[in-house]
Amino acid sequence: MTLKLLFFARLRETLGVSRESLTLEAPATVAVLLDHLRARGGVWATELAVGRNFRIAVNQEMARLDTPLSAGDEVAVFPPVTGG
Amino acid sequence: MKIAVQTEAFDLNAEVSALHRNNPSVGAIATFLGTVRGESGQVSEMALEHYPGMTEKALATIVEEAQSRWAVIDATVIHRIGSLAPCDAIVLVAVASAHRGDAFAACEFIMDFLKTRAPFWKKETTTAGGQWVDARDSDESAAQRWDPP
Repeated sequence: MTLKLLFFARLRETLGVSRESLTLEAPATVAVLLDHLRARGGVWATELAVGRNFRIAVNQEMARLDTPLSAGDEVAVFPPVTGG
Repeated sequence: MKIAVQTEAFDLNAEVSALHRNNPSVGAIATFLGTVRGESGQVSEMALEHYPGMTEKALATIVEEAQSRWAVIDATVIHRIGSLAPCDAIVLVAVASAHRGDAFAACEFIMDFLKTRAPFWKKETTTAGGQWVDARDSDESAAQRWDPP
């Protein structure tokens, strides 16, 4: 299945990408996607390491590691928010 | 309910007027205005990034949650994005209700959740360069105090 990934703020800059299309074997969860991204090594492994403080949204709703993913989902990766 | 994410400045008086002009059931409006701090002249610019689409949804969800907890007649949330300077207004939350208790509480609730749930990010430019602002634990604690015990 193909997912639309979005990256924001500090993570967008550090990872050097604002959006990408990624194909992942179904079924998958947010945890599976993160493992896939960490396997790229380098900044991906560092920034998305277990215990690092970042957030995931699936289809514009805050998600958790066990949130299931479906074909066409929009998955956003970003740092804790700092608006207001 | 009015939710707006915009680069332009907003007019506080016009926004407050719109909440009570044609509504005699309104007896109280609480407003919160957030402005850009620039401690000791260090910050020259504050850039606001957001997640278009999710931001508006998240803000609407927060206002709906406030409406389910307090007797809110109407509410306006405006958040600016793009490049701002110290002393500029960033965010306005205005809540109209019949009596002040609901307006004060709902306004504070909306702000606490905006700070921890709405996807905005600040990057400040100082004499040392550009730097993303870190999330503060105290903001998370402020939001958590509204949780049921």
